[in-house]
Amino acid sequence: MVGWHDPDENRRWIQENKCRHLVDKRMSVRQAVEKFVQDGNFIAFGGFGHIRIPMALVYEIIRQHKRDLVLAGKTAVHDADLLIGAGCISQVEVAYAFGHELRGLSPAGRRAVESGQVRVVGEISNAGYQWRFLAAMMGIPFIPTRTMLGSDTLEYSSCKVVRDPWSGKPVCLVPAAYPDVAIFHVPRCDPYGNAQINGILVEDFELARASRRVLISTEEIIDPEVIQNEPSRTVIPYYLVDAVCEVPFGAHPTNMPYLYFFDEEHIAEWLDLSQTPQGTDEYFERYVYSVQDFEEYLERVGGVRKLNYLRRVEQFKAPMIAPWRKTK
Amino acid sequence: MPESTRPYSDTEMMACAAARLLEDRRSVLVGTGLPVVAAVLAQRTHAPQLLIIFEAGGIGPQVPELPISVGQSRTFHKASAASSMHDVMSALQAGYVDFGFLGGAMIDQYGNINTTVIGEWEKPTARLPGSGGANDVGSLCQRTIIIIRQDRRRFVERVNFITTPGYLSGPGARERAGLPEGTGPYRVITQLGVYGFDAQTKQMELVSLHPGVTREDIQINSSFEILIPAQILVNERPTAQEQAILHEIDPLGISIGK
Repeated sequence: MVGWHDPDENRRWIQENKCRHLVDKRMSVRQAVEKFVQDGNFIAFGGFGHIRIPMALVYEIIRQHKRDLVLAGKTAVHDADLLIGAGCISQVEVAYAFGHELRGLSPAGRRAVESGQVRVVGEISNAGYQWRFLAAMMGIPFIPTRTMLGSDTLEYSSCKVVRDPWSGKPVCLVPAAYPDVAIFHVPRCDPYGNAQINGILVEDFELARASRRVLISTEEIIDPEVIQNEPSRTVIPYYLVDAVCEVPFGAHPTNMPYLYFFDEEHIAEWLDLSQTPQGTDEYFERYVYSVQDFEEYLERVGGVRKLNYLRRVEQFKAPMIAPWRKTK
Repeated sequence: MPESTRPYSDTEMMACAAARLLEDRRSVLVGTGLPVVAAVLAQRTHAPQLLIIFEAGGIGPQVPELPISVGQSRTFHKASAASSMHDVMSALQAGYVDFGFLGGAMIDQYGNINTTVIGEWEKPTARLPGSGGANDVGSLCQRTIIIIRQDRRRFVERVNFITTPGYLSGPGARERAGLPEGTGPYRVITQLGVYGFDAQTKQMELVSLHPGVTREDIQINSSFEILIPAQILVNERPTAQEQAILHEIDPLGISIGK
């Protein structure tokens, strides 16, 4: 089982390590990863699949050659594929991984699992995973659910079946999961870490509260007054947060709802290059190791012209494309 | 409706068969690909009040075009709510969701589905993506509709890994395992026809054939015996209107083909 702690142990950790007062947490992506991502950590990313993925921090983890990370495969798609391809991950607990939804399967991820380079430590469903985070955020050891019962997904998970003491029916207990570090990309956040999100939250609300360390990259850093004027929109309050990094277009090439669409050309390039280990290395050389930072990366993927185009697609002003589509 | 003479593909036939199963004023949990195409087709034809839900939090969107990912902004375009996975999965578990769509790599006679692994789990021949939300859909939606291409490799006697529960080992097995009462696979749609499950034995049985398909085709393309009742319907081919809408939803032909 990954990510479990005795609830009292985790309470103690929170008491000793999380500050309850306002601190300016702004720092660079490099500092955030150096300070809060350690080799061997159990790590999770906010967003979903190719949506609102904190890519600037993903690239930085690769650049700093972090190793032996244990990944929460909570519909981990582009983030998982790149981190596995770069050799940062050694274990994955899988709800959904090694695929790119309609874009097809993931060559790098599958190669790593089938060769034994990456080990799948357990299965679970999407609901099961996010309820692991719900239990953790509530500070309780598990949550009873009615999903996965009777399946091999349950058999190969860290869940247990017991009888509900009231109805007598079997229920599935999903154990709390506390990531060592969780990383999110949001549209706006203040210097203290009060973060707001537009559109679906997926499981970011629960994940941020379950994780010991929380790193945020944001399209823009805003004045705390903006938060205070509309506090009902705050999804992640400051006391959960350890680092705030300002990174415009920080989710590229994934979709940032209302702001920019997927960069399908770039995703297609990754899917193509990652067919072979040589191509995978070539991708990282071109887009991670040979650039100083995310700003230089954005230049390399097409700069202002490309980013304006992605804005137009998101706003239905330019048609979507599917360059990864196999011609049948 | 005018009789269509435009040629159609078996993918178009599958999408239409799926859409026609969805009832107005009901709710459906969809994924990307053919499920969302089918749900939007139903909404634009006989089921304008069909509530479409995506697992990542999109509730009641007006889907403008085929989404590539279950969480992208198109899945909550002009929606009733842009919510969360906890909210949607809780709605499934509480009983608000009538239909759920599933795909799969392999299916058996009880509608159990494998999307996790081919070969041994510990040392897989091929690693597939895993459950994602599929197990939750198969466990918690009232009636599930499975869309899968049919051949002897995919229609297997027993799946080697039950990613998503169908009727498990047969009658009563879901309830014994603790899954919600009265839930389970409702229909299976393939390029050859539409299947249901026998009320007593919970084994897969033929409901209707697509035009031009024979009973023999059904059996040749399955590794287990499919129950074939005396009365079999033949599905109506895609209408001109249905075809037009399918290509409006998926102009690039990503799921529906060109």
